[in-house]
Amino acid sequence: MKSLETFTGEPEGSKLGITCLGIESTAHTFGVSIISIGGSTKPEILSDVRRVYQPEKGKGIHPREASRHHAKIAASTVAEALKKAKASMEDIHIVSFSQGPGLGPCLRVGAVVARSISAYYHLPLIPVNHAVAHIELAAMLTGASDPLVLLVSGGHTVITSFTSGRWRIFGETLDITVGQLIDQFGRAAGFSSPFGRTFEKYAKKSQNFIDLPYTIKGNDVSFSGLLTASKRLFRDDKKLEDVCFSIQETGFAMLAESVERALVFVEKDELLLVGGVAANSRLQNMLQGVCKIHKSKFFSIPKVFSGDCGAQISWNGLQTFKAGVSVDISDSSVKSSWRLDEVDVKWRSN
Amino acid sequence: MEKQLKKGAEASLYQTEWFGKEAIRKVRVLKTFRQSALDIKLRESRTRREALFLREAKRVGVTTPLVYFVDVNKTEIIMQFIPGRRLKEIIDAYKENISLKWCREAGRYIARLHSGKIIHGDLTTSNFIISHNRLILIDFGLSFYSQRLEDKAIDIHLLNMMVQSAHYIYAEKIMHAVQMGYQEIVGESDSLSLLERMKVVELRGRYKRVE
Repeated sequence: MKSLETFTGEPEGSKLGITCLGIESTAHTFGVSIISIGGSTKPEILSDVRRVYQPEKGKGIHPREASRHHAKIAASTVAEALKKAKASMEDIHIVSFSQGPGLGPCLRVGAVVARSISAYYHLPLIPVNHAVAHIELAAMLTGASDPLVLLVSGGHTVITSFTSGRWRIFGETLDITVGQLIDQFGRAAGFSSPFGRTFEKYAKKSQNFIDLPYTIKGNDVSFSGLLTASKRLFRDDKKLEDVCFSIQETGFAMLAESVERALVFVEKDELLLVGGVAANSRLQNMLQGVCKIHKSKFFSIPKVFSGDCGAQISWNGLQTFKAGVSVDISDSSVKSSWRLDEVDVKWRSN
Repeated sequence: MEKQLKKGAEASLYQTEWFGKEAIRKVRVLKTFRQSALDIKLRESRTRREALFLREAKRVGVTTPLVYFVDVNKTEIIMQFIPGRRLKEIIDAYKENISLKWCREAGRYIARLHSGKIIHGDLTTSNFIISHNRLILIDFGLSFYSQRLEDKAIDIHLLNMMVQSAHYIYAEKIMHAVQMGYQEIVGESDSLSLLERMKVVELRGRYKRVE
């Protein structure tokens, strides 16, 4: 383990700050971002380049195909991130990568790239949990200090709050995620994934609410029944916009309810919405409604950074490194199953 | 004059009087951020469920507040006022004997409900109240009838998740006490098969390591 103290003064320029090259590679997105922090200035995202694997229409991510896509474009993506940041490898002090959770083959591509850079340029290698990174980037960008967080994406649907060294879970899905609900419905209707943006467009066209299964268990949600029923509606020739609208109204109301329950339970006064589905304006709107009732402040990750990106890995890499954590290459195997509540968070305190 | 006691997630509690007795008025308030058809359906069905299961729980030997009056149209219930502290607070001010004694009693309560084919549906340490040296269970808005092992397992899984997150320091002890209480009522073999099923439910969680 290298701490900041033993490290400063190494490559030139580092006395003024630290610059991290972060690599995201958990699923469909291969992203590289360069972020710099100065002594006292706020972090600066110098570049954030993404290449997204596109599955065939009507199909989901094929892990092997996605990993081949990532391998093919990895080098040029790193080069472009450097170019956009007007930096060379000499300006980079640390390398971070998404160690998990995610699809094994995809994770391994990012990990191999990060290890190679780390070994060749003798830079500390920083492992980052993808879910925690989503949250921390959002907290940095929005200024939320001690929020209850709703993380909603293709891989996650979880309500979490930081207490005593960990992001602890106060609600989650018992089966599929809200991103999977939307994407899998989209595929059944013949669209390509991710379906989120098109889904919202269709939903906006309708005001015709059809009753669908609403499943809340304690603070947890379950979307599988809602998915099955929605597919059936579509097969029964209900209008696509009506089904999208009804899924949105039902599924998001479930999320709003579990968030509200968790908010009351943990007694925090900030709510932060994070993850790919955070881009949906109806979801934001409902959660604003919840916050208004409980006089909590509502924060939402800016749309451009809501999806998977290198910036989250780069930023959390910097935080992790400053807290004195790095990893030897021999201990840097990917962790496709790595829940966010297993991460010892050393850069936060309460 | 009515005084608002608490703004909960789905209901507001007011201190009131019911024919000279101190009472609580629990109102499930309109949520304008959701579809009105859905909103009304949820508030009405939960008011009905809560009224029903507050009574059904008594039938199987679980102490709950007395229901004085139910108005489904106004989605409100007037019930007995229970002075006391939530189990959550008893655990936070941890005194091992006392905290675990009540957790064990909570386990007995859950077992009696389950034996009576009742699933509480929202077990948290906030929903148990200790009053006059008695445990009282509240918040039956998500309760339903079932004797499926799966539903019982999820019921306790939800409690376990909240305990692991909110009371992580004592989580193992708390859940052990709950399990012991549960086992006292249903016997060892039923209690063990429930534990087995809980593990299955837990592994279904996202990114749970399959070992």
